[in-house]
Amino acid sequence: MKENKIIINKTKFNIIVERLSHQLIENHGDFNHTVLIGVQPRGTHLSNRIHKKLSSLIANTEIKVGNLDITFYRDDFRRRKDPLEPQAIDIDFSIEDKHVVLIDDVLYTGRSVRSAMDALLVFGRPKSVELTVFIDRRFSRHLPIQPNYVGQKVDTIASEKVIVEWEETSGQDRVILINTEE
Amino acid sequence: MKTLSVDHLLGIKYLSKEDISLIFKTADNFKRIINQPIKKVPSLRDITVANLFFENSTRTKLSFELAEKRLSADVINFTSGASSIKKGETLIDTVNNILAMKVDMVVMRHPYPGASVFLSRNIDAKIINAGDGTHEHPTQALLDAYSVREKYGTVKGKKIVIIGDILHSRVALSNIYCLQKLGAEVRVCGPSTLIPKYIDSLGVKHFSNLQEALNWCDVANVLRIQLERQDVKLFPSLREYAMVFGINKDILMSLDKEIIIMHPGPINRGVELTSDVADSGQAIILDQVENGVAIRMAVLYLLAGKIKNNGK
Repeated sequence: MKENKIIINKTKFNIIVERLSHQLIENHGDFNHTVLIGVQPRGTHLSNRIHKKLSSLIANTEIKVGNLDITFYRDDFRRRKDPLEPQAIDIDFSIEDKHVVLIDDVLYTGRSVRSAMDALLVFGRPKSVELTVFIDRRFSRHLPIQPNYVGQKVDTIASEKVIVEWEETSGQDRVILINTEE
Repeated sequence: MKTLSVDHLLGIKYLSKEDISLIFKTADNFKRIINQPIKKVPSLRDITVANLFFENSTRTKLSFELAEKRLSADVINFTSGASSIKKGETLIDTVNNILAMKVDMVVMRHPYPGASVFLSRNIDAKIINAGDGTHEHPTQALLDAYSVREKYGTVKGKKIVIIGDILHSRVALSNIYCLQKLGAEVRVCGPSTLIPKYIDSLGVKHFSNLQEALNWCDVANVLRIQLERQDVKLFPSLREYAMVFGINKDILMSLDKEIIIMHPGPINRGVELTSDVADSGQAIILDQVENGVAIRMAVLYLLAGKIKNNGK
């Protein structure tokens, strides 16, 4: 039977975005040498939200934010039932010698992040790359990839799915856990 | 994501409007990629493509090869000039020999209409038609329509005239199918001897006066006079053709609007286009060439996505 469970409500959702922004400021200061890169399609909501928050917290600095599409760098091309739709790449700056904060909504197997690091190299050789995720599904990694900033750690089983919903697309900010087992 | 409704790209005739939109949308992504400092993506790293050219080609072959390499595919090339075709081998035997080397996709140009359809029925690989005789040249039509879309934002409602040797042109037929599917109005212009007898059945009207055609259109797609396909003389001389159907600066200046000039290349300068027209800002000939790589990457990517892979 399918049942959806809200694991993060709107209030907590906003607190997490706020906390992640403060953690980033703690490590990156004025963001003069740091850029934010949201992973398409779903990581861009979080990167835009964090960018907005950071811009309000740090006055007089233009923080660079870009969107990265990883479709052509994935390792599951021709192995999925339905092919993925490529999204726009929107990075109009070089990341050469910059600290890059990769941002995605859910970290699961780590394969998307590997593809993203591959895709990122096109835009220069970054000084460092860090990973920010809203949800970390622990114990399900296929690759040795760990996030630097985590919104919420969630323990799930394989038949469960974690969906981060955004006000921009779904009408409300929340995280739900879906059991896909029939 | 939607997938193409077809397993091979044999002609525009077999594509739906949605297929064409999907190819264009994917090509937008690839166009962005080929303008990056690193123009290569690893998508097709486990795919091998054979380019089989049984007829001369320079730019189409280069464009396909570049598209394949930018997708990280392995590429083998074959031209009939230096092959066993001359020793009497059949098409299926030639292709099966190549496929035995574990090739996943075949890009083929062949002098006989229908060669790629024939091949798709007899062999187990994805086929892309890169021109079959006087029949179709689907990727050229896609890149032409894509270039119009890029210039005007849409193809729908645009008036496009194809000028020149329509009779022998696979580009013309594919263009007519493609543009009509996208909602454009297509007409042709040229000497009556170079217009197919039943062109009306495609819903295409014929201009025999160049000035009238240019006054009507938003885009003029000018074809090359294919002297190699004419066994009999279908017009008196190249000079006369150039005088009656050649586009020069004067005739463009006489129009009350600025039209776009396209040409699939190679240009016979001074015949269908004068140099000042070919090199003017109205000509988008080199944009077409750039878009050709993006369109071919999109077609290769979308068809390769249909090759099953279970990790074996």
